[in-house]
Amino acid sequence: MKYTVALAQISPKLGTLSDNLNLHLHGIERARSAGANLIVFPELSLTGYILQDLVPDIAIDPNTSPLLQPLLNLCQDIACVFGFVEVSDRFNYYNAAAYAAQGKIQHIHRKLYLPTYGMFDEMRFFAMGENLRTFSSSFGDMGILICEDLWHPSTAYLHAQDGAQAVITISSSPGRGVRHGELFQTSEGWTHLLRTTAQYFTIYNIYVNRVGFEDGAHFPGGSMVVSPAGEIVAQAKYFEEDFVVTEIDLEEVRRARLFAPMLRDERLELTLRELTRIINKRNAAR
Amino acid sequence: MKLNCELIAKVLENFIRDELSKAGFSRVVVGLSGGIDSAVACFLATRALGAENVRAVLMPYRASSKESLIDASSVVNQLRIKSETIEITSIVDGYFSTQPEANSLRRGNGMARARMIVLFDKSMQYRALVLGTSNKTELLLGYGTLYGDMASAINPIGDLYKTDIYHLAEFLGVPKAILKKKPTADLWAGQSDEAELGFTYAEVDELLYELIDNRVSREQLIQRGFKEDFIHKVIAKIQSSQFKRRGPVICKVSPRTVTHDFHYLRDWGL
Repeated sequence: MKYTVALAQISPKLGTLSDNLNLHLHGIERARSAGANLIVFPELSLTGYILQDLVPDIAIDPNTSPLLQPLLNLCQDIACVFGFVEVSDRFNYYNAAAYAAQGKIQHIHRKLYLPTYGMFDEMRFFAMGENLRTFSSSFGDMGILICEDLWHPSTAYLHAQDGAQAVITISSSPGRGVRHGELFQTSEGWTHLLRTTAQYFTIYNIYVNRVGFEDGAHFPGGSMVVSPAGEIVAQAKYFEEDFVVTEIDLEEVRRARLFAPMLRDERLELTLRELTRIINKRNAAR
Repeated sequence: MKLNCELIAKVLENFIRDELSKAGFSRVVVGLSGGIDSAVACFLATRALGAENVRAVLMPYRASSKESLIDASSVVNQLRIKSETIEITSIVDGYFSTQPEANSLRRGNGMARARMIVLFDKSMQYRALVLGTSNKTELLLGYGTLYGDMASAINPIGDLYKTDIYHLAEFLGVPKAILKKKPTADLWAGQSDEAELGFTYAEVDELLYELIDNRVSREQLIQRGFKEDFIHKVIAKIQSSQFKRRGPVICKVSPRTVTHDFHYLRDWGL
């Protein structure tokens, strides 16, 4: 099966839902006219990233919020992944990503790993997601991750083992480190990570990072699609808004797994047994 | 301490354009001293916004060196930016004539703050944001005047060490005379940054980069050949100038206090 994905490398406006919603509506229209079946926006695309005390003010209950309706209405013959702040009925706030298709939200992923170090302070404002689940879509089984999630290899591993043929990672990842190489060290890190996890787990990696600035924190973009062989299939520009449309061919997943059947050979019981042993050892040491 | 100048120039130009346009501005004013920091700031702003949107303000005091004014003018001429010269002598002398006992440090701070008054007035006059010119070395060592040269709206070079500024200046084509001369705040005749600090920028930048950016331990730094008393001196300077890098301290009595638990970026809604 083949499908076409659009990477919407936008610069959301901090804490302004209505303006960002318009960015999404325009993006979806543009993706449709470009013949895309799926459009992916970056992390917290509806809200901006360094929200801090704005979190409760711009949070949405996706089951009841009228704000999402125009976006969902557009998702009839196209699917859309976007980022937002989800408020639960317990008043927990999550850094969340939604997969919308056929006019409805079909799946929500709540960010599992909230960076709270260096320039990051997410755990202060957000609750941690508790589940990692793949979901069925018109484009095969998929998994969603948000930024830091992918830096924990267990997440992509679990998605792949759970049946994902493509993992969509959305991020608002700031660029840092300019002393070595042609790009920010963080951008180089993302490229290595996306290529490695795609190749190791024989999955497509669909990655969308934002651009723009928030109080001088700089988001360098560099969105890309990496094939299950670890090759970059399409890449957005660094440092500016971009809109990249590219084809995904799930036949590539079949071929990659033929040449490198690590996924088939993976020994889940062994992994689980050893993880249990490590957990017991750590608990005993306490 | 290699720096990818092409990359950094591009990011800083984007920064100036983005932060300015979000806030509803298209112009900047820069206090152009004739030194390398404000020259680099002018070059970056001109690349980002076009010469017509950059206004340099030259603010000599009667004791300022003539060389500073010449070097500042060479930047204006090369970039073809707008400029004006406002003497701060009458502002500074007006006050200090009533303070005969003021030493050169007080007078120097007074000059830096007089320039701040002019720049922020020009900011209002031209609807232009004040572009900051403090570099990371100065900010870390506290080698600047609080509410004086440290005051600005946005600062494109505040995360670059002085050594980086030299590399960037060369890349941007800053006039050679500015690259070659000794760094000085020019607050009194013959003043030299490096003589006043007691070490060179090259030495301290190497230390700061390892200490701050790479978080290398003091023990490791000594092993690598940095002198122990030099390390202590620099750390003491960083620590004792922390007040300059933070806003005024407010006593917390309410549930939400502006400086303690009222967390919003400046770019809120921009």
